[in-house]
Amino acid sequence: MTWEIVIGLEVHAQLSTNSKIFSGASTAFGAEPNTQADAVSLALPGVLPVLNRGAVERAIKFGLATGARINSPSVFARKNYFYPDLPKGYQISQMDLPVVGQGALTIQVPAVGKAQAYEKVVRLTRAHLEEDAGKSLHEDFHGMTGIDLNRAGTPLLEIVSEPDMRSAAEAIAYAKTLHTLVRWIGICDGNMQEGSFRCDVNVSVRRPGGELGTRREIKNLNSFKFMQQAIDYEVQWQIDTLENGGKIQQATILFNPDTGETRAMRSKEDAHDYRYFPDPDLLPLVIGKEWIEQLRGTLPELPQAKQARYVGELGLSAYDASILTASREMADFFEAALGDAKSQAKICANWIIGEVSAQLNRDGLDMAQCPITAQQLGGMLKRIADGTISNSGAKEVFRTMWETQKPHVPTGGITVGGSAIVQFISADEIIEAKGLKQVSDAGAIEKIVDEIIAANADKVAEYRSGKDKLFGFFVGLAMKASKGQANPAQMNEILKRKLAG
Amino acid sequence: MINASLKQLSAELAAKKISSVELTRLYLDRIAALNPQLNAYITLNSEISLAQARAADARLAQGKGAALTGIPLAQKDIFCAKGWRTTCGSRMLENFIAPYDAHVISQFNNAGAVNLGKTNMDEFAMGSSNETSYFGAVKNPWNHAAVPGGSSGGTAAAVAARLCAAATGTDTGGSIRQPAALCGISGLKPTYGVVSRYGMIAFASSLDQAGPMARSAEDLALLLNVMAGFDERDSTSLQRDQEDYARDLAQPLQGLRIGLPREFFAAGLSGDVGAAVEAAIAEYKKLGATVVDISLPNSRLSIPVYYVLAPAEASSNLSRFDGVRYGYRAPEYSDLTDMYEKSRAQGFGAEVKRRIMIGTYVLSHGYYDAYYLQAQKIRRLIAQDFVEAYQQCDVIMGPTSPTTAFNLGEKGDDPVQMYLSDIYTIAVNLAGLPGMSIPCGFGANGMPVGLQIIGNYFDEARMLNVAHQYQLATDWHSRAPQGI
Repeated sequence: MTWEIVIGLEVHAQLSTNSKIFSGASTAFGAEPNTQADAVSLALPGVLPVLNRGAVERAIKFGLATGARINSPSVFARKNYFYPDLPKGYQISQMDLPVVGQGALTIQVPAVGKAQAYEKVVRLTRAHLEEDAGKSLHEDFHGMTGIDLNRAGTPLLEIVSEPDMRSAAEAIAYAKTLHTLVRWIGICDGNMQEGSFRCDVNVSVRRPGGELGTRREIKNLNSFKFMQQAIDYEVQWQIDTLENGGKIQQATILFNPDTGETRAMRSKEDAHDYRYFPDPDLLPLVIGKEWIEQLRGTLPELPQAKQARYVGELGLSAYDASILTASREMADFFEAALGDAKSQAKICANWIIGEVSAQLNRDGLDMAQCPITAQQLGGMLKRIADGTISNSGAKEVFRTMWETQKPHVPTGGITVGGSAIVQFISADEIIEAKGLKQVSDAGAIEKIVDEIIAANADKVAEYRSGKDKLFGFFVGLAMKASKGQANPAQMNEILKRKLAG
Repeated sequence: MINASLKQLSAELAAKKISSVELTRLYLDRIAALNPQLNAYITLNSEISLAQARAADARLAQGKGAALTGIPLAQKDIFCAKGWRTTCGSRMLENFIAPYDAHVISQFNNAGAVNLGKTNMDEFAMGSSNETSYFGAVKNPWNHAAVPGGSSGGTAAAVAARLCAAATGTDTGGSIRQPAALCGISGLKPTYGVVSRYGMIAFASSLDQAGPMARSAEDLALLLNVMAGFDERDSTSLQRDQEDYARDLAQPLQGLRIGLPREFFAAGLSGDVGAAVEAAIAEYKKLGATVVDISLPNSRLSIPVYYVLAPAEASSNLSRFDGVRYGYRAPEYSDLTDMYEKSRAQGFGAEVKRRIMIGTYVLSHGYYDAYYLQAQKIRRLIAQDFVEAYQQCDVIMGPTSPTTAFNLGEKGDDPVQMYLSDIYTIAVNLAGLPGMSIPCGFGANGMPVGLQIIGNYFDEARMLNVAHQYQLATDWHSRAPQGI
């Protein structure tokens, strides 16, 4: 029997403002407990919330980036429940009128096994502003609980999708695309370890085309790997339950990364009645058209538009285009390295997706920390294009650039122009210093070949009598004689011609 | 000295005829003598009061005094004042020392006023008799068997008994006007948003408004000048130009159109109060005013609407009092839920718990539309009634409360009877309008009667003018309780 998986996501993206959503306290991560808890964060008697304009701007930018309607007015509501790390006894959120209305996100679902890669549009239901709660610390307090309110009041954008995803792969592609987008437009740092991007995944299964099944919500997944594991486990659990004649109860569940299992946290019966009502301390949020247009002007070209341009204008494959737009840093690096040399797009893309990414990976760095500049790479690509260096020469140039620019290079690096380590050394300088310029002068190569033929008459005779395998021997000699600088293609061609006699 | 106006006191201070320290001591001595019976103050701190007085004297000596510099005032115990115990009349905050100043407090501090102490009030401002205070009932200075009204009962009693030069109150459904009426003083609730709520412990955020309570309209104007003004820390604070509320005090009332709402003079109004109010209207006619019969048809729904909306907001506002971070925590509990339940059961009094339960109920799933949303709709209709009324008149007048001060314990068992004490004041809060009460005579039992003056939005200066002209023509406001 086949089952269809239905998934919708609620993502909490922490907005990258310096101060909290309703007070001036800092949002910096990792401070000593309660050192960033001001009177508002502590919910002292008499304090009032004042909305952070920067948080609203970021929400608007998200709305614009997903083609959503920006609601004006939108309304802040109180979500009432008691919890020790919820200082006011209510969370200020948005309910009936969220700041961002319906939008959409196009995702690229990668090929898995025999299944082809494909594109899909996921509908966004809404995105609303709300404040984060504090943290309860259950360790180190000898049977008591510690409360840290540094995080209380941190601005969040809760982004809710429609239940449009039909596999774990789609859910992860969606989460990754969203993760890329919020960093791309600069509204969230996307740091999942620090909880800046947390996913709640609603999962249900049904017979294809049938009624929607009962969903269970997996809370607070903070890595794509865990998301995959949690969905896989949960889907199998639901299918097993149904096939064994059981029923799914609506519930909120947690994923345990150590066991790889999900377990129910609370059922629908113990669900809170949050008693939402409009917060009388905050007026309806009115957003003028001018403000929206001004923010639209600050938005960068979005990943999807860039991908289309890379394919259409630069002739890249959809795959390459999607990799190059995986982050704003990656795309910026690519475009800066390429410069005006549009015809070099493919080779430029290959270098970035190949060597650059591999090196970053090996060194445990991300694109933002790349030790070489796009200008350096671009300079090197130019020398490949004009034949100054061979591919192997280019690899040498690249390695030298990387090693030279790597942080904490020990002294004794290569010497150029008298100084020991030169920042941002150019490809030309390396080619010069290391003598990597390849010889493409046909006369010079012919001379080398002539000398080799003369000095190895016996081998030439063997070759000419049919021992083809000796060709490699001559190539080796010739390259050695040219100190590896001969243009290999040219060298092959000349050797072949002269050996033939 | 204790009967001097703020203007007179200010002149005496400026002329060095008396120092702020002397004036402060005078009041502290009066408080020491009279407060044990009246219970108007919850917290005194003569050290801080006298330090402020000395600072004021230094400022006056430099000739840098402002209108209220050196004048001893009392603050309702709903305002957080740095270093002062701030209880809001509740056991929940019995030991809470505020670490910051409310906007109103810092405004008075900047003006150089002296804080004499924190006045008693109904717990979390929920009450009309000051009997719900954890710190005990306040006695009406006119008759110690009677209530002073509430929730600003401590302030009203302190002003009436001359235990301060003037004081602050807050008004969510009548909490400035009703005790002002019952204690024979003047009180003003400004337009919602004129005075910042920052640092004022919230009861019902969309209705709460701070205002001055004093012995005359002229004094109220000087106090409001200090209290009013935009504050970015309160999102409902209105961004308007600063105004001088005393600017129109001397204007004649010739041509003033007074609207008299039929509904305020109907059944339920006691005869002696009605008579005193009518006599006041007659006085206004003598001063050149004309009278217009108006109707506020939806005002009869004020009490039910209020007792849905105010408890709804309160149930949420009071959630922060959970025993976790500050305030009362039960000494013994078995787990988290038990800690919450016991702390709140023991920390809150009966009336507060009643309103938290009402509020929780009306916001609950399945009841929200029928109660909360419906009440919001009627609230708009009530506000609309006033908009239409002001097409025909400049100010609206009527009784502040249907009766004079009732006796302590008289309405304790019947919350609805207690709620009806605010029947004429609540609509004003629901509409966000300014309202005031001034003394206009005495009832059959010799207790004061208040005349309510309701203005259009931002018409405080005109209302103060209307009240001041009456106080120039009459002397009800300068009567003092026996023995004072």
